[in-house]
Amino acid sequence: MTALLRATGIHKSFGEREVLRGVGLELATHEVVALIGASGSGKSTLLRCLNLLEPIDDGQIFLDDEDISDPRVDANRVRSRFGAVFQSYNLFPHLTVLDNVTLASRVVHRTPRREAEARALELLGRIGLADLAREHPDRLSGGQQQRAAIVRAIATDPEVLFLDEITSALDPELVGEVLELVRQLAADGATILMATHEMAFARDVAHRVVFLDAGTIVEQGPPSEVLAAPREPRTREFLARFTA
Amino acid sequence: MTPHQPSALELDRRAYRHRRSRRSILIAIASSLAFAAIVWVTVINTEGWSKVQQSFFNLDVAIQALPKVWDGFLINLQVLAYSVVTVAVVALVIAVLRTLRGPVFFPARVLAAGYTDLFRGLPFIIVLYLIGFGLPTITNTRMPVVLLGVIAVTLTYSAYVAEVIRAGIEAVHPSQRLAARALGLGYVQSLRRVVLPQAFRKITPPLMNDFISMQKDVGLISILGAVDAIAAARSVASLTYNFTPYVVAGVLFILLAIPTIRLTDWYTARLREREQAGAIL
Repeated sequence: MTALLRATGIHKSFGEREVLRGVGLELATHEVVALIGASGSGKSTLLRCLNLLEPIDDGQIFLDDEDISDPRVDANRVRSRFGAVFQSYNLFPHLTVLDNVTLASRVVHRTPRREAEARALELLGRIGLADLAREHPDRLSGGQQQRAAIVRAIATDPEVLFLDEITSALDPELVGEVLELVRQLAADGATILMATHEMAFARDVAHRVVFLDAGTIVEQGPPSEVLAAPREPRTREFLARFTA
Repeated sequence: MTPHQPSALELDRRAYRHRRSRRSILIAIASSLAFAAIVWVTVINTEGWSKVQQSFFNLDVAIQALPKVWDGFLINLQVLAYSVVTVAVVALVIAVLRTLRGPVFFPARVLAAGYTDLFRGLPFIIVLYLIGFGLPTITNTRMPVVLLGVIAVTLTYSAYVAEVIRAGIEAVHPSQRLAARALGLGYVQSLRRVVLPQAFRKITPPLMNDFISMQKDVGLISILGAVDAIAAARSVASLTYNFTPYVVAGVLFILLAIPTIRLTDWYTARLREREQAGAIL
């Protein structure tokens, strides 16, 4: 199985602080990978680097065997093949939900508005948000906003979906509806890399769990191994703190 | 832990980026040289240019005009210095009045709105005539020109600046006010501690636009008979039959504006650096 996305030796520093210290990661088509680790372990930075939202200091990133970390590569074109969902939704407050969802389709992919809106309404309808399509995001609940943000990310059929702690800003009762949507996407065969603190969800949905600590990957494998029977002491320590 | 040593590949990428930026610099130099050559051929190297130089950029006349124009310029600076303070106070009050909620404040809101409508619509020169000649006439007193100038500038510019400040206040997300009120801060306290500081960050560039515009408009007090930079330039110009004194006055106003512009750029860049993490793509 060749990897859809492959990163090798990723280094990233913010000033003096080295956040990623040589991270290598592979992601196969239809694979769902959960990144776990304490706050500040580099999960978000890794996602941003892979999404080309943050320039890397060393290493390489391949998408379909093309080196997308090469400065000669058109990063906008690469990013248009990815989808991203952020912790605090980052919906555009000046646009309606529908315009949020269709923006990239219309502006980047040049889909006619009518077509883009039909597709967006279908996606929004599937998760029960069709009635709110003409509302502005601030009128929606957190869970509704985050689901709209996910729909915005998948509206362009991205090859890889990056989810950065997408339930961390939500009430516990709203977490469920967002995770349910991600579960559906995973079941439909989406390729997902997600940073998460939801261990139960990672165990259920992820094919592989990657534990990141102080900018390096300490341990990775199927959830049944990493989460249930971690080999590394640092993983055990992290998980113990988490369940306590 | 030893710091990370960049790989050959990364060094290669850095070299590529370096080459790219060097290429951009070379292109910039080449295009500047080409542009300068075009200007030289089409403007400076022509017969009319010496005439232009004689009437507008005459060094002897400039030296003769500078002391008088400078003395006048000090009057402009005085008006500017007072006006900055009065405009800041009046504009802030009007902006806050316009953002007050509740039926009690209805008259205040309407008055403030009417004021900004009126004085943004009214040409400054009319305000200047009405105040500069009207005020001394109806009060039947001699008033210093600087005072009249400050009043006229304040009336007009407060209206503009108030609208900019109001836009800034309304651009701060309501959740910020909510968070401040939740901490127990009162209306004025949350305005003063949370909303206005964020508002001013957003509106620094338009505010500076108005400030620079004001720096120039204080030159209009010359029509009230004040011997400011422009009036002084006019008198030297009529004596020498040469336009250079106006250029001298113009240069002084430009020199006044440049530090303001640079300071704004520096200040906004510093705020951006401190408050926004991550790259802006």
